Amino acid sequence: MSTLLAAAGSLEPAARSYLSPTGQEVVFLLVGVLVLGAAVVSVTTRQLVHAALWLVVALGGLAVEFLLLTAEFVAWVQVLVYLGSVIVLVLFGLMLTRAPIGRSPDADSGNRPAALAVGAASAATLVTLVVDAFRSSWIDLSGAAGTTRLTGEYLFSHWVLPFEALSVLLLAALVGAIVLSRTEGGRAKPRAGKLRAGQTSSGQARAGQASAGSPGAGSPAAGKPSAAAPTKPKER
Amino acid sequence: MNLLDTLLRCVGTLVAFLVLPLVVGQTEHKVMAHMQGRLGPMYAGGFHGWAQLVADGVKFVQKENVVPAGADRRIFQLAPAVALLPYLLVLLVIPVGPDGMVGQVVDAGIFFVLAVMGVGVLGSLMAGWASANKFSLLGALRTAAQLMSYELPMLLAAASVAMAAGSVSLPGIVDAFHWWWVPWQLIGAFVFFTAGLAELQRPPFDMPVADSEIIFGAYTEYTGLRFALFLLAEYAGIVVLCALTSVLFLGGWHGPFADQLGWLWTLAKTFALAFVVLWLRVTYPRLREDQLMRFAWTVLIPLALAQLVLTGIIKVAIS
Repeated sequence: MSTLLAAAGSLEPAARSYLSPTGQEVVFLLVGVLVLGAAVVSVTTRQLVHAALWLVVALGGLAVEFLLLTAEFVAWVQVLVYLGSVIVLVLFGLMLTRAPIGRSPDADSGNRPAALAVGAASAATLVTLVVDAFRSSWIDLSGAAGTTRLTGEYLFSHWVLPFEALSVLLLAALVGAIVLSRTEGGRAKPRAGKLRAGQTSSGQARAGQASAGSPGAGSPAAGKPSAAAPTKPKER
Repeated sequence: MNLLDTLLRCVGTLVAFLVLPLVVGQTEHKVMAHMQGRLGPMYAGGFHGWAQLVADGVKFVQKENVVPAGADRRIFQLAPAVALLPYLLVLLVIPVGPDGMVGQVVDAGIFFVLAVMGVGVLGSLMAGWASANKFSLLGALRTAAQLMSYELPMLLAAASVAMAAGSVSLPGIVDAFHWWWVPWQLIGAFVFFTAGLAELQRPPFDMPVADSEIIFGAYTEYTGLRFALFLLAEYAGIVVLCALTSVLFLGGWHGPFADQLGWLWTLAKTFALAFVVLWLRVTYPRLREDQLMRFAWTVLIPLALAQLVLTGIIKVAIS
């Protein structure tokens, strides 16, 4: 962290104050309020798909915050990974299992107070930590602090080991997803689209799933589509 | 960069965004009319049916804007904007000519372009879900599955060019271009263009919308101007894809008299590629859903990986 911050400029407690903020700081705070609001709405709304869509607003706002901190590369990665992929997978999962239009009262669970307590506690911890760590420091954002070149150089010179460790973790997750989606009795899986009479009913159900979603996009949520599978053979 | 300059660039991009897709749309009418011997698009307005696009516009405007009774109104109405706006943002960063003829230089241009284009899938998902129509929902899920699958080869192919240029900024890549990049990055160009075609759900990759079989998938319930916005998003997507392919793989503004006429080269390459897109629509049959998916995962991704390896080997060899 310290090396990266050193690249970003001085952290000295400069002769600045919280009064008379610059335009950038004002925008940062406003976007922060927007992100917070969207996040709160996304956990309090009673419409499941709306919750996911408010999450889009919150994560997009976070990307804007990264931009305002001149961390351009991180902002685009945030858009690419979270907005373009993670949210879409969440929506996939919701829409394949349950996504009524309108309220879904049965989605309320009894442990709302517990969740509230945990959320408040972790928020309090994080806020205290960040405020305490950066109490009187200012990051000079005028230079080329977060350019792609700098990010790349730091990532692949100072942070190679964590980067590689993360890669191994992701690879393990990928392999796990493939294994999970392939081991159902060890039967040979019929290829999608080659449906013929005389196949087992489970084979038909699997082929139906495979044509509805892509093999890759479906694999992380491999457990979910099977909930809809038993109805498939009857329809065919 | 002062305020006036910024404003001019924004207006210029907006004008390009409003004009170029319409030009592509008009060209599509004519190309299809000629290739398939259609008489309809050649009729309106007299000479070569020049008024066909105007007639289309009038038709869309006078249609009633219907929102289904069971639909989620706000999401239903918001979806076309979510599908369309990413292309406007992408157009802002595509370099047209040398010496800063670009809306806004973005440091990590390739990432920006691919990340923002990936957001468009949310528009289709929202449209299909909010229609309160199970066939629309199925269409939306198919669309999303297709877009997710084809994003990977597209990213890999773009990564290969970035590796060759040693830069992820779009003007930087065009600056580094040499003519021998065309044969070197040929596989990558093919993968990028094909995957981009699938991202736009153009024929032959239009199974999720399949207008003649499952009635436009996620967009079934849309009428009038909102439907026109989805169509506009498709044409804007053609412009963006072709401009990107020409910038990344065909050298953008490079060509004779590039100092004065650089922008013309970019436009010419873009429209040549757009013609190919239209040509493919007229001549190729639609892929089946499973063929579509298998093509992405078993053909395009291995090809893109092979291109990455090739780029790496040659890059190490010449450095």
